[in-house]
Amino acid sequence: MQRNLFSYIWRHSRPEQLVILGLVVLAQVFYFLSLTVPKSVINNGIQGNAFKNTTTIPFLVWELDLSAFLPGKVIRFFDGFQVDQLTYLVVMSFVFLGAVIVNGQFKKSINTQKGRMGERMLRRLRYELYDRILRFPPAHFRKVKQAELATMVKDEVEPLGGFIGDAFVAPMFLGGQALTAIIFIMMQNVTLSIVVIVLLGVQMAIIPRLRRPVLILGRERQLSARLLAGRIAETADGVNEIHVHGSSNYERADISERLGHIFRIRFDLYNKKFIAKFWNNLLSQATPFAIYLLGGYFAITGKMDVGAVVGVLLAYKDLPSPIKELIDWDQQRQDVQIKYEQVIDQFQPEGMMPSELQALPEGPPPPFGRELALSGVTVSEDGSVKQLDSITLTVPTNAKLAVIGAGSSGKDILGQVLARLVLPSAGSIRIDGQDYFQLPEYVLGARSAYIGQETYLFPLSVRENLLFGLKHRPVAPAKYDAATQIVREAFWRESERAGNPALDPNADWIDYELAGASGPADLLACMVHALKQVEFDEDIYSLGLRGAIDATKRPDLAEKILEARHALHGRLQDPAYAGLIEPFNADQYNKNLSVAENLLFGTPVGKEFDGDNLAADPYVRSVLKETGLDQDLLRMGLSIAETMVELFSGLSPDNPLFEQYSFISADELPNVRLLLQRLGGKGVEAVPEADRPRLTTLPLRYVEARHRLGLIDTAMQDRLLAARRAFAAGLPAERHSAVEFYDFQRYNSAATLQDNILFGRLIYGQAQADTRVGTLVAEVLAELSLRDSVIDVGLEYNVGVAGKRLPATQRQKLGIARALIKRPQFLVVNEAVAVFDGRTQDRMRDNILAAAEGRGVVWIANRPSQAEPFDDIVVMQAGRIVAHGAPAELAAKGGLYTELMASA
Amino acid sequence: MNLNEEVEILKGVPIFAKMEQSKLKLMAFTGERMTFGTGQEVCHQGDPGDAMYVILGGVADVLLETPTGQMRVAELKKNGFFGETAILCDAPRNATIKASESLLTLKISKDMFYRLVTEFPTMAIEMMRELAHRVEDTNKKLQEATANKAA
Repeated sequence: MQRNLFSYIWRHSRPEQLVILGLVVLAQVFYFLSLTVPKSVINNGIQGNAFKNTTTIPFLVWELDLSAFLPGKVIRFFDGFQVDQLTYLVVMSFVFLGAVIVNGQFKKSINTQKGRMGERMLRRLRYELYDRILRFPPAHFRKVKQAELATMVKDEVEPLGGFIGDAFVAPMFLGGQALTAIIFIMMQNVTLSIVVIVLLGVQMAIIPRLRRPVLILGRERQLSARLLAGRIAETADGVNEIHVHGSSNYERADISERLGHIFRIRFDLYNKKFIAKFWNNLLSQATPFAIYLLGGYFAITGKMDVGAVVGVLLAYKDLPSPIKELIDWDQQRQDVQIKYEQVIDQFQPEGMMPSELQALPEGPPPPFGRELALSGVTVSEDGSVKQLDSITLTVPTNAKLAVIGAGSSGKDILGQVLARLVLPSAGSIRIDGQDYFQLPEYVLGARSAYIGQETYLFPLSVRENLLFGLKHRPVAPAKYDAATQIVREAFWRESERAGNPALDPNADWIDYELAGASGPADLLACMVHALKQVEFDEDIYSLGLRGAIDATKRPDLAEKILEARHALHGRLQDPAYAGLIEPFNADQYNKNLSVAENLLFGTPVGKEFDGDNLAADPYVRSVLKETGLDQDLLRMGLSIAETMVELFSGLSPDNPLFEQYSFISADELPNVRLLLQRLGGKGVEAVPEADRPRLTTLPLRYVEARHRLGLIDTAMQDRLLAARRAFAAGLPAERHSAVEFYDFQRYNSAATLQDNILFGRLIYGQAQADTRVGTLVAEVLAELSLRDSVIDVGLEYNVGVAGKRLPATQRQKLGIARALIKRPQFLVVNEAVAVFDGRTQDRMRDNILAAAEGRGVVWIANRPSQAEPFDDIVVMQAGRIVAHGAPAELAAKGGLYTELMASA
Repeated sequence: MNLNEEVEILKGVPIFAKMEQSKLKLMAFTGERMTFGTGQEVCHQGDPGDAMYVILGGVADVLLETPTGQMRVAELKKNGFFGETAILCDAPRNATIKASESLLTLKISKDMFYRLVTEFPTMAIEMMRELAHRVEDTNKKLQEATANKAA
């Protein structure tokens, strides 16, 4: 990237700049016209100067005057129309209007073109910066803060977009204007013009100098703001440490210090700015001062006439504005140049990956080499402490090799070197004789895999994360309809104009072959297989059961789930499963549902009928009133309130029992108690109007089977059922979408897969009901071969920021599966199972080794005992290889190997 | 069966016998009603105990695990209870309880019980009294037994 902003702009926008420049020049013609036409209108049209001797004059004469070369020779092409004064006035007025409109059009066109060019350049710049982030050497990320990178790409280059449009046009245009005015002054009086020029020169020399400190402070301001952004991100990242160590006030001190520093810079900036402004004003008034003094002197002494002095003054009036704008432009130029340099400097670390290594591959990846040869590989952060010291090792890429050593032996660095995550400071790594660091990244990514101790997951679905390692190039373009295709193509053309790649993230990027699939159809089986290898399929299956699908988008699956529902309810007829589930029956009150759920008898879609909104809904209230249920609910509410006051009075407000069991919150309990005291045992009729809504909402959460207050007898059940029917029958058509009613023959898109299959509620208090129903559901799904489809739904689960919605062990499992699904020829496992418990660690190792049958694995063991199934073991200590060989040989030699094995 | 009936049954448990009605009601309300099918185990001998059960209906067998297999030593019916020591100390289950017909129980977990006791120390005092009586009783029996043996 060029360090000079101007050459960067010129290089990437030359044709556009030239077009705009052309437009600006052309626009001057019409600008001039819009200035001269009024003169003709006043002189000829209104005052009638041209009509003194004749009633009509020719208009729109088109002739070529050659009298300069051939005296008297004028070629006339068109004699023009004869017009009288009034017509002339009308026509010229319209010409003026036309010139104004054309002038406006030019302005609009120039401005939009400038804007588009600026935005394009901004897009290009941002893309190039991002592209560089992708090519930074891994070690660089230990030095820069992510928030700072984001601020630079997002905010700091932003002002450049606005400036780029004016980078060339403004000085040309303003310079031209200023030059014209100076020439005019020069024609009046040379001496005076020289004085004016000298004074202007002084202004142009001094003012930028005055403004330089302002610019320097501006640069400091930018840097400090960037550091502040980084610091805030640090606080967010380390918030747990701050809380755990109770050091929030130390953090406050640091931020206060920084803000104080920023304040000083900003205040200094104001000071310097206004000092610059003061001198600026003074200097710009020095010129008229000189014109008055000198011009007056010339006029008095008769060297110049008064008219010329006034003329000069008038011409000078036009001068300051372009000059001022020029100076402003120059300041802006310096400002953006500094900003640009500051950003660019952060984006050219040493050891950036050449862009060729990340070029888009044209076809499937070639096979990995057969042998990695490390020779004298040394890794040292600062030159003194050697994390790896002259490692010489040959690793056949299909071998199974274990590396053992103490925590500080450098074994993990070796793993990172093999994955090219750490660059050696000395020595070389060759793959089949070629420099390992010249291998294109996609070959490394497709043919080898690396699993570290921690897995970073993108905040996408499990599926996207699992397939992340298969996306090296678009294998099939996305299918669009004709209209969208046109829009997309225009979009890509624009991308290319801004130097961005016209790559479509919607295309199919998945390298099916790499996963061992032939296409989208059998990819699911590969994913399930990979999940099984890391014992993660069961968890995803559970997530799938808790996931929902849209029946309109996946009618086939919805149909199958309905089948499962039927099969399950068939099985539930078996007396062995009696009393596990109470099915949803439109004609029966469901004791395991709350009163609200019984009324609604469906899944709320959106917020309208959800939770406490139900009671507040005007339609629901009208239904309750019509069916007389409002009084019943009030009575039940009163009864619940009495029980709650009886049970929970005297319990301290922070007792968790409140949260778990009470219908009334601890804060509200005293109010309710007061209300009951005031009622003094009088019936519901005595309840004041204001307290009614609160009491009516209480029973909505009441579940007969769970709370057992005996509030709902058969008669009450019938009345609630009547209200349920009234609610469904009278629901306004426009609100049908707010609830998905329970219907045994219909798939419910608002409910989870599990709820769709169960179509009922687990009955409270059945021992091991969860497990028994879970097993039953699993059996039914297995019979219908639906297990994989459920996993497919579970794969849609969003893992959250950095995968935080999954526990650490599951994140790691997903990370391992992501590596295994690529079926890598060469797999580096760098203490990747350390997060699991001991037995799981060994199982995971065996699973990974089984998955990598016939391919290479380098196993950096977190415990030496993990090396047990390996025939080839490297023992490391203090960054060096101290022993290497088969277990029997190593055992015979004794030493560190025996020691390590004994400690495990 | 509703809350009040459960309270009546809870009153039959000696260690709860002297507690206030309202506290027993809260205990019943916060307790979990559990149903076990015929042949299902409620708890297994040797497992850590974390809850006590009060039988609201049905019959359960009390089984001891012996080297020769399970031995039925007693039967529990409605109003019966077991595991009350489990909510006082971390003793393992000293017998296996198995439902011999459909069994309805009220499960009072240790956590819940502790929360109630810390909230209402009078509950603890009542229980201490009851336990002291029991110790006294056992001591008496022991003395009588040793006296008989000596004689």
